[in-house]
This record gives sequence, structure tokens and C-alpha cells, in this order.
Amino acid sequence: MQETRMMLRNIGKINPISSMEYAKLGGYASLRLALSFPNGIVGMLKDSGLRGRGGAGFPVGLKWAFVRDTEAPQKYVICNADEGEPGTNKDRILIMGNPHAVLEGMAIAGRAVGASKGYIYVRAEYPYVRELLEKAIADAEEHNFLGKSIMGSDFDFFVEIRMGAGAYICGEETALMQSIEGQRGEPRFKPPFPAQKGLFGMPTVVNNVETFANVPLVLSLGSENFRTIGAPKTSGTKLFTLSGNICRPGVYEFQTGITIRELFEEVGGGCPNGKKLQAIQTGGASGAIISPDLLDTPMDIESCAAVGATFGAGDLMFIDEDQDLIEVCASLAGFFVDESCGKCTPCREGNKRLLELIMKFRHHTATPKDIDTINDLASTMMDASLCGLGQTSPTPIVTAVKNFPEVFERAMARRDEK
Amino acid sequence: MIKVTIDGIVAEVESGTTILKAAQQIGIKIPTLCYHPDQEVKANCRICVVEVEGQRLLVPSCAFPCTDGMVVHTNTPRVRRARTNILELILARHTQDCLHCHRSGTCELQQIAADLNFTRKPRYIQSPRSEFRDFSSPSVVRDPSKCIACGRCAWVCTNFQSVNALTKENRGFETVYTTEFNRPLAETACVNCGQCIQACPTGALTIKDDTAKAWKAIFDPNLTVVAQVAPAVRVNIAEALGEPVGTISTGRLITALRMLGVDAVFDTDFTADLTIMEEGTELINRIQNGGTLPLITSCSPAWVKFCETWYPDQLDHLSTAKSPQGMFGAIIKTYYAEKLGKKPQEIYSLSIMPCTAKKYEATRPELGRDGYQDIDCVITVQELARMIREANIDFERLPEGEFDLPFGLGSGAGIIFGATGGVTEAALRTVYEILTGHELKNINFTAVRGFRDTREATVNIGKLPVKVCITSGLANARKIMEMVKAGTADYHFIEIMACPGGCVGGGGNAYRNWKKVEERNKATYLVDAKQCPVRQSHKNPAISEFYKELGVAPGEGIAHELFHTKYTDRSNLPK
Ligand SMILES: Cc1cc2nc3c(=O)[nH]c(=O)nc-3n(C[C@H](O)[C@H](O)[C@H](O)COP(=O)(O)O)c2cc1C
Ligand code: SF4
Ligand code: SF4
Ligand code: SF4
Ligand code: SF4
Ligand code: FES
Repeated sequence: MQETRMMLRNIGKINPISSMEYAKLGGYASLRLALSFPNGIVGMLKDSGLRGRGGAGFPVGLKWAFVRDTEAPQKYVICNADEGEPGTNKDRILIMGNPHAVLEGMAIAGRAVGASKGYIYVRAEYPYVRELLEKAIADAEEHNFLGKSIMGSDFDFFVEIRMGAGAYICGEETALMQSIEGQRGEPRFKPPFPAQKGLFGMPTVVNNVETFANVPLVLSLGSENFRTIGAPKTSGTKLFTLSGNICRPGVYEFQTGITIRELFEEVGGGCPNGKKLQAIQTGGASGAIISPDLLDTPMDIESCAAVGATFGAGDLMFIDEDQDLIEVCASLAGFFVDESCGKCTPCREGNKRLLELIMKFRHHTATPKDIDTINDLASTMMDASLCGLGQTSPTPIVTAVKNFPEVFERAMARRDEK
Repeated sequence: MIKVTIDGIVAEVESGTTILKAAQQIGIKIPTLCYHPDQEVKANCRICVVEVEGQRLLVPSCAFPCTDGMVVHTNTPRVRRARTNILELILARHTQDCLHCHRSGTCELQQIAADLNFTRKPRYIQSPRSEFRDFSSPSVVRDPSKCIACGRCAWVCTNFQSVNALTKENRGFETVYTTEFNRPLAETACVNCGQCIQACPTGALTIKDDTAKAWKAIFDPNLTVVAQVAPAVRVNIAEALGEPVGTISTGRLITALRMLGVDAVFDTDFTADLTIMEEGTELINRIQNGGTLPLITSCSPAWVKFCETWYPDQLDHLSTAKSPQGMFGAIIKTYYAEKLGKKPQEIYSLSIMPCTAKKYEATRPELGRDGYQDIDCVITVQELARMIREANIDFERLPEGEFDLPFGLGSGAGIIFGATGGVTEAALRTVYEILTGHELKNINFTAVRGFRDTREATVNIGKLPVKVCITSGLANARKIMEMVKAGTADYHFIEIMACPGGCVGGGGNAYRNWKKVEERNKATYLVDAKQCPVRQSHKNPAISEFYKELGVAPGEGIAHELFHTKYTDRSNLPK
């Protein structure tokens, strides 16, 4: 199946560091447009239907409007390149192949909301991304696409790189800001939202790498045209990450609304060795584990939500018949035990207890009561945790329990055999 | 003003008020653990969650601001389930040995378990946060197996005291509040103020209990137990025994101590007056002879240790006068022992204090001689309350007693040592009259009163405008010390108390917040105004009598030897 390469269109065709090569292919034209039409940007983004690509899918225009409308002596734009999701590298591919698209998106955001300073928060494990970004920023400054009086306008925009703290939680926007501020990387209570009181207490735009890469496209295509791409309420293309038991794992750009089946069969080539697909984890480590019955679900936020799948950041992990789902759940639960920052009770204590409960199934010591405890505990974690991590970490487990009851029943039954 | 509806009741509040505060206003009591009225909101325990119409998830009421027209439910199946589950998670990390816990009865966690009608059988493996208990400090006992990781201790230690002895370590399930590198507390820069104990909702931090030591001495027929009672105790002990905040109970307190078996009950108020004589003389000398100014008070041992640790190069600003407890200890073991014809070792010197740092002060080598310490045991208000209960005493119905003589007579000036600003006012009441030779028309220096924040005042003593500065809390002290260090603190006299609001907010009292401290503060000034015939230290007849008997003037000879001390550079403590 043919990809729809919009964000990835320049990849391999230009020297990624060179802002001039990027400009020759139409790059920085959107920023030029934004410089002359600063008041129209937020409206265009709103009309385009562009939503955040970092996982939560918040409308970009709306977020920027909040920041624009909050009076403050200083505002910031942060690009979230922490990419802590296990097995995911779409943001890295995007930055390494097309860094100027991201920088252009950030500068447009700065122009739209009145911020003159941007930070890119790069995952600790990506030192070479930092190197490339530093060169790209220097090159853009040299050609006046960034820095003082950009392209002869009255707009200044400077971008700095900050390296991540090596913790998954630092990808959460408020923990990320704490980390940039030099504090312990743990989430802050919202409200106030970053748009009101963000970095150093100032209104701040935080968006994902892929979100920023879409921004120049919205301006160059026009919001009406952008809207026609992909699914109605998740417009645009999306980088989908295929992983797990699949012949051709990788990152692919498609219009949203492509079905999981198309991605699995045509793009990914199905499970290796002719194995049968057992389950799919959608939307990353904290996403739902669904049954292959839902293969025809279109990958967009609304369609996923309607069937109990997770769109998230567009990750799909395929699990074939040979895998032990309980083992998969145990490993995910272990991941969240390790990654909980420990600030709030439900997540700090709850993830560990979820893991213990899953281990009972693994050791065949579980009883039906343990299923009730899992659901009861998970409901409180999702309802009362402080940040997205605790609110979503039980999702794979409760969905596995719900969608694969026979797996958990079998694990209990073996206990009676002993 | 905006309107919010909570459980069907309409509350009118200012925009931005939290749901918790709005609920309290209309009499709805939401359980809280990490919330403390004096602290920044932390929103980490989640026990206070409520349902807000239109919000997808539950929200923590301690942090969530009200908006106009908001509809809140605090008692729904969903809320109840979350609270119970959260409590269950907390208890699965908690030893739950209330019957052996000093916090039982005042414990916020215990109260919440009762309020939530919690009876569920454990569903999780019991796994206390830590088995390790830290008894190294003379003031504070740490028992992390009762810690709920709320962060209230670290907040005061860091934000209010700027000591940073307690921090959050590790992540996730292993998260603990502890000292840096898990050092024993005694080997950190902890100043023993006990404010972390005051902030803790559970028994994870408690006052080092010395009651057994005190009982042993009381029941020892070969020991004469001599007690001194600090000014702040009389406005705190009744509260600690369940009476209203700010109840004054001087007379009953004396009776109770006698009933416990104490042989002589003296008033630290007497040595507070003595402090004014010694420190006042020092101030006058420094002003008249160009000595080091500003002169800074030295009666708060937590503050003294703080100064020794962070500002060792500024120690010459500290008054060399011992604290009132220190002076009294010296009197009891020398002058008074001689009077009784006893050896110092036959006298047991017992201090009743509002302060946990006094326990530490009592161990300082400067407070003793010839191999014995001047103070054998320090009992805080909380511990005294315990002893009174142990002795089956119904405190409320006790008759009034009177202090023993000769050291039972103190002035109102000594009494107000218990409140921030009190030492300064007491000093001014005396120094003014000594320097000018005139009698003060109004002895109330209200400009230096207050109970929060830092205050400054200039008082004209004759032709000399004397500039004073008063603060409590060591973060505030740090700001002032930075000015002293930079040479920009143009005061003559600075009063620093480590605890919020002074000794009435001390770590050894019943659990406090600013509101309670305000009440205790008022009570202190009431004792001064209403119950003290003499309100100036130099006019206390027992004081002049005492100097006459010693045969010296303040600051001289034996007075200097017994009542002054020296300080130690402690900058090598890890900080
Ligand atoms: C535990 C956790 C980890 C997250 N990690 C990332 C991340 O690595 N990258 C990212 O862009 N967003 C991450 N997010 C989402 C961010 O908080 C934030 O919503 C996002 O950066 C906003 O950008 P967007 O609107 O463009 O998606 C994470 C959220 C949570 C709760
Ligand atoms: S939900 Fe988890 S990661 Fe988020 S604040 Fe709470 S403990 Fe930290
Ligand atoms: S801290 Fe509270 S709940 Fe825990 S044992 Fe002590 S009294 Fe009981
Ligand atoms: S006693 Fe005071 S200094 Fe020591 S840890 Fe507690 S709050 Fe900090
Ligand atoms: S020791 Fe007390 S105040 Fe400190 S975190 Fe634990 S429970 Fe909270
Ligand atoms: S009291 Fe509100 S979250 Fe702890």
C-alpha cells in the first residue's frame, strides 16, 4: 500500500541540516506567511482540525488560543521529543529526516502566541538527535529562518535544546517543564494548565514533534484542504508505528482512518511464519489490548474510542497466538511500576498491586475475586491518579481481562488441576 | 463572588477558592491527608477526591478551584469507592500498630479510617515502606513504616526552615521521605526544631519520648527532682489535654507536676528575666562600646544550631547569654544544689518545654561542668500530657498551685518570651529604663508584636533610635542573615525564633497550625497583661535579690561563668 508522505516527504531527498535545501522544496514558506498574518494562524489551525499527535489528541488551535489570550511578559513554546514509549521512534525519524519542518512549526507557534523562546526536550537516549538539531538550528539562524528579526520581520525566535532526564514520566508535559526547570521530574497538578502557567510560570505551548511537523502543512495547504485529508475528526496524515509479531515492523505515514487490517495485512505483511493474530495493543504501552475481531476499525480518534481501542500516538503492537497474554500484561504492569514517579497514591501503590495481581494469574494462584480486585483497583487508579500515567496505565490490563476472559479463566483453572 | 453547589448546598465564595475550602465554609468535611492549611497544596494523596459535574475524572478538592455554577458531589458511590481504595492502598504500606503508637488519638490517618468506616479485610500483601527506624536524634524519631509519603515534613523543613534535612528519595513504589543518603538524622544538618513532627499527619515522625527517663527519676528515692517550666507551656498544656486552644492553666500545671512527684516546681520565666538582664547588659555594652552589632538572640536552640551550621563566620553576632533553660539548669545544679546541701548528681534537673530542640540543647557540652549536665531530661508538652494521663490525673478539675520559691517568680516580660517578638519587647522594657533612667509610660511595644512574617521597628531610647528586627522561621532567618553577612542589616538587635510564631508554635506542643498559634500567642500576652504584677525583668524583686546574693552585676564574674556560653562551627555538617 502506498504511503501518503507529507511529513516524511523530504526524507532522503535533502541534507536534513540544510535550511536552504528545505526552503528550496517549499520549506519556511509557511513561516513567511505566518509572519505577515500573525492573527490568522490560530484560526487556520482551529479550522484545519489538527489535533495533537503526542497521545491525547487535544485540538492544536484551541491550545494555542489559550496561550495567545493569556497576558504575560514572556511565553514559551516547547517541542516534546521525549519519546519514551517503548518501541517507538517516529519522532526521532521525523527530526532526523526533516528537522526544519519541526523548527518551522515551532516558530509559527511562537509567532501565533507571542513567544520568542522555544525549547526542544530531547529524549536522553538520543544524543545524536541533539547533535543534528544543533546543526540545523545554527543553519536556520545563519539563514535568518530563526533568531533575531526573522526574514526581516519584527519577530525573534530562539530555540534551545534540553536533554531529557531518562524517565518516561518526563514526557508528560508538566513533568517535562519541572525537568527543564531543574526540579525533580514529576507532574504538577492541573489546573493551572501549561497554557496558563507553564514553564517558569509563564504561558506555554507544549506539542509533540509530529504535531509541529504538521503545522507548516496546514498553512501551506490551507485549512480547508488539510481538513479533507484523513478521517473527519482526526484530519491529516499520521505516523503509525507497527511492532510486535509483524513481518514488516516500522514507521509508516498514512492518512488517518486507514484500518488496522490494512496496516496489519497490507503494510505490515501479517504475523511472521503464518502465525495467527491473537491480540493487538493499540496506542502504546497504556493503550487497550483488543481482539482481532476489531481489525476493521479505522485508525482515528473517534473510531478507536467507539470500539474501546486507543488511538494514542498511533502505535500498534501485534501479538500472535504463541504469546502468553498474561505474560504481556505482566511485562506492561512491570513497566508502569518502574515508571510511576511515585507522587500520587493511586499510581505509586496501585501499579505495584496490579502487577502482584497479574502475577497471581501467572503463578496460577488467582481466584475469581482477583478479577474483581483488578477492576476495582483499576477504576480508582484511572479515576483518581494525578496524571495521565496513572490514569491510563491500567488500561491494557482491564481491556485484556475484558476482551480475553478465557485467558484469565484458563490461568485460574490450572490452579484447580494442581 | 461566585456560586458553587456542593451536595445540594449553595456556597458563595471568591473565584479561585478550592472546593475543599468552599466545602468547609458550608460545613462539609472532606477527608484530607497531604493537605495542611499552612502549606502549599500538594494534591498527591488523592483521599480528598470529589465528583464535579462535567469533569471526566474525579478531582482532588484540595487543589481544584471553584468556578461559577459548579456542581460538586462529595458522597457518591464513585467517590466512596475511590477513597476507600486509596485508603486501602495506603494502609497496605502501613504497620497499623495504633496500640503502640504515640500518634494514636491525634493521628489523621487513623481518623480517616474511622470516618470512612473502613473495615475491609486486606486484599494486598502487607508491605511497609521501610522496616528501619531512626532513633539517632535526641528530638525526632523517624518511623518510615508509618509514612504515607505526603511530603508535609519535607515541605516545612525545606520551605519554612530552609534546612532541607528531609527529602524525597527514589521513585514509584519505593518513594520515601528520608534524609540524604539515608543518614541518621543526628548526622544531618537537622536543627531539631520538630516542625516536621508538627506537620506529619501520622506517627511517622514523633517526638523522642523521654517520659520513661523522667518517671524513673521521679520514683528514685535518692534523687531530688527539680522542674523548670517554660513560659509557653502554660498556654499549651491544657490544649494538649483536650481543652480549647489558648487555655491558660499555669496553676493547674503546677499542681499536676507536684502530683506527678516533682519535688520543686520552678518557673523558667525567672531565667527569662535573667536572660534579659544578661542579654540587655550585653546589648547596652555593645552599643556603648562599639561592639559587634546587630546583637542576635540565642534562646532558640534550633536557631543557634542553624547559625552554627550555615553562618559560622557570623557567630560573634549571637548573644553569648545562654537560653533561659540553660541558665536555669546551671542555677539548679550549682546555686540551688548548694542551698539544699546536695551534690549536683543528687539533683535531677527536669525541663518542661514547648520545644524538641531543647532536648538537643540539653546535650551540649557547654551546658554542664565537671562531668555532669545541667539538664538531665527535657519533657515536651506532648510528653507531659502523656505523663499526666498516665498518672490518672483529671487535669481539668485540678486546683491551682503556686511555683516554689525562690525561683518561682517571673515577670510578664519573661512570659512573653514564649511568643515571637516577646524577647525584643522584654528587652526594650528593661533597656529603655536602664539607659534613660526614666520610667516607661507605656510598656507595651505593640509594634514588635505579631505572629507571622518579619517585623521591623525603631524605638527611640533617649536620643538613640534603636532599630530592631524580629522574625520566626529559619527561612526568614536566612534572609536576614544574608543581610547581616552583607553588612546591610543596620539593626541593633535581631530576635530570631526557629519555630513559627515563636515557642508557642514549638515542635513539642500539641499539633499546630497558624490559627492555633495565633490563639496561643494571644493567650501569652493575656498572661502578661492580666496575671503578672511585675511586667519588667529588672523590676522582678527575685532577680535583684539573686544578683545581690551572687554578689555581682549582670554579665560579671560568676554570672558570666554560669550564664554565658560559646558556639561551635558546625559548617562541616552535610547540608
Ligand atoms: C506518562 C506520559 C508520558 C508522555 N510522554 C510523551 C512523549 O514522550 N512525547 C509526547 O509528545 N507527549 C507525551 N505525553 C503527552 C504530553 O503530556 C502532552 O500531552 C503532549 O506533549 C502534548 O502535545 P500534543 O498536543 O501535540 O500531542 C505523555 C503523557 C504522559 C501522561
Ligand atoms: S499518576 Fe503516577 S506518574 Fe502521574 S503523578 Fe501520580 S505517581 Fe506520578
Ligand atoms: S500512625 Fe496513625 S494509623 Fe498508624 S499506627 Fe500510628 S496511630 Fe495508627
Ligand atoms: S526537626 Fe526541623 S530541621 Fe530537623 S528534619 Fe524536622 S523540620 Fe527539618
Ligand atoms: S514522614 Fe509524615 S509528613 Fe513526612 S511524608 Fe511521611 S507521612 Fe508525610
Ligand atoms: S488532600 Fe487533596 S490530594 Fe491530598
